[in-house]
Amino acid sequence: MKRGPLDYGRSPWLIAFAIVTFIMLYAPIAQLIVFSFNDSKRNVVWRGFTLKYYQKAWNDVSLVEAFVNSITIAVMCTIVATIIGTAVALWLWRFRFPGKTAVEGFMALPIVIPEICMGVAMLVFFSRMGRWIGSFESGPIYWWSELFSIWPLNLGAITAAHIAFSFPFVAVVVRSRLAGFNRELEEASRDLGASEWQTFVNVILPYMKPGIIAGALLSFTLSLDDFVITFFSAGPETNTFPVKVYSLVRRGVSPDINAASTALIVITVVATILAMKLQTPEKQG
Amino acid sequence: MSDPIVSIKGITKRFPGVIAVDDVNVDIKENEFFALLGPSGCGKTTLLRIIAGFETPTEGAILIDGEDMSVTPPNRRPVNMVFQSYAVFPHMTVSDNVAYGLKVVGTPAAEIGPRVKEALEMVQLDHLGERKPDQLSGGQRQRVALARALVKQPKVLLLDEPLSALDAKLRESMQLELARLQQTIGITFIIVTHDQDEALSMADRIAVMDKGAITQIATPEVLYEQPNSRFVADFIGKVNLFDGTVTGAQGKAVKVDVAGLGSLAIPHDSEASGKVSLAVRPEKIKLSKTKPKAGLIATSGKIADWAYYGNTSHMYIETPDDLRIAVNIQNESRDTVDHVDIGDTVWLSWRPEDTLLLAE
Repeated sequence: MKRGPLDYGRSPWLIAFAIVTFIMLYAPIAQLIVFSFNDSKRNVVWRGFTLKYYQKAWNDVSLVEAFVNSITIAVMCTIVATIIGTAVALWLWRFRFPGKTAVEGFMALPIVIPEICMGVAMLVFFSRMGRWIGSFESGPIYWWSELFSIWPLNLGAITAAHIAFSFPFVAVVVRSRLAGFNRELEEASRDLGASEWQTFVNVILPYMKPGIIAGALLSFTLSLDDFVITFFSAGPETNTFPVKVYSLVRRGVSPDINAASTALIVITVVATILAMKLQTPEKQG
Repeated sequence: MSDPIVSIKGITKRFPGVIAVDDVNVDIKENEFFALLGPSGCGKTTLLRIIAGFETPTEGAILIDGEDMSVTPPNRRPVNMVFQSYAVFPHMTVSDNVAYGLKVVGTPAAEIGPRVKEALEMVQLDHLGERKPDQLSGGQRQRVALARALVKQPKVLLLDEPLSALDAKLRESMQLELARLQQTIGITFIIVTHDQDEALSMADRIAVMDKGAITQIATPEVLYEQPNSRFVADFIGKVNLFDGTVTGAQGKAVKVDVAGLGSLAIPHDSEASGKVSLAVRPEKIKLSKTKPKAGLIATSGKIADWAYYGNTSHMYIETPDDLRIAVNIQNESRDTVDHVDIGDTVWLSWRPEDTLLLAE
């Protein structure tokens, strides 16, 4: 049968290409999930269904701790990065000031700087800070440092590093959303008697919401799976899931890593679906 | 006469490099339908935004109902605006949009419901209260914007090019509806428009603006029949303008020499001298095949162009003296246009009293 000029869906080559792409993308993930249920120490041959590696992963204290750390860091990072990123986006959208272009460029820098550079910079910074703080043996700074050895504040360094590289993503997403905002909406709200604060809460914030949710989702996943920067900024006694997995994998991939990874995939997918649900406007009955 | 509801006193607005509004003084009466008319960029929207409080004038003051509004923010002014883009809140239903202006100022909930319903009935949208704006047509969105402003019971309603985004048919029916609405609720409307038909058909009084300044304020009839300048005559409707020189007076008329038309006696109230313009509207000119009777201003020429509009035809006649004169004829019978054709030589004539003398 003859194809129309834009009828790409019927091209056998294109269909084959799409199928191959999908396989390349999802086969490894599918394999990871499937073999987490495999009753074998080696991830090679299927030997029957089991949940024992989930149990094993669950009982591995250090793995669970790393897992909880990762989720905690991701949540804290998402909250703070979303607030900072949204504020920056609003500021850049709202005001005109000298050097605005330079500020916008600088703000996007963490997005383009290679992660390894960020990581090394963080390492140098935090070790200097650590030595400086360590030089106090009493006084407020000492007490603060004691306080920051308690969980989850001992994750502060990693969280700060994650916020630093993920808030520009939030700012960029929210900013591009705001670029499409009709300023007359804001004026209409003022005209109808609303104060600037009421206008922000009732008109501007609802408009930004999809951008904020997208940005938050982005920073959550960025934080959750970051390895390089975390590796450099983590102290000896704190561990995150990716760093822990890396250290385990060096001794060979065991199915309990598969199990823990599967749990992580489930959590991110559920979080994404929830966020998407929040984003779609409620249907009128 | 009652005090003006809006008093614009010496308003000037300068932006870097341009004067948007140049020393405007207008008093707008209560219950008046007032139009600010002018080409784009003439400063009419800026003036409206100054009244609403979205722009601060460089000089001058706005008084609304006798009160100086210089330091009053837009949310505390007793005026409401219908925006050019309608600016209907996309995330709220029609009812919520209309209720918004009441909610934010803390109107009791028991009062909001009935007032919203009344406002929606006024614009015939009471059956669409639960719809979201993206489920409405352009005309319906505009009605929401209208209801949302009217529910606030403002002393003055400001309308910024309210009909420019509607198609021709809808625009005409909205013109009638706006005029009807203004009469029923009896508040002052100030409308900004670049469309002369809109201003002429709706407004009680029109201010014509050019380059930031007001050139003439008058009723539609006066504006059309007695424009005070070439700009107004040319901007409102179509007009034929002839350059002439005053040669003397003759009783109540002024004698003017016009190249191609000869020496004409034009009725004129005041003194005139030097170079002047003569203006005559295309529909005031009669077309005939034979030489018209004496006492009329007459010339003959060839029909050069012809635009057929169904009810009227617009013709352009070129005289041997290189005058190009526009004539509108009513297609009164079905065979009106059969009698003449492009290239035909015809006579043009009009009464001296239909000719307007404009000083340069």
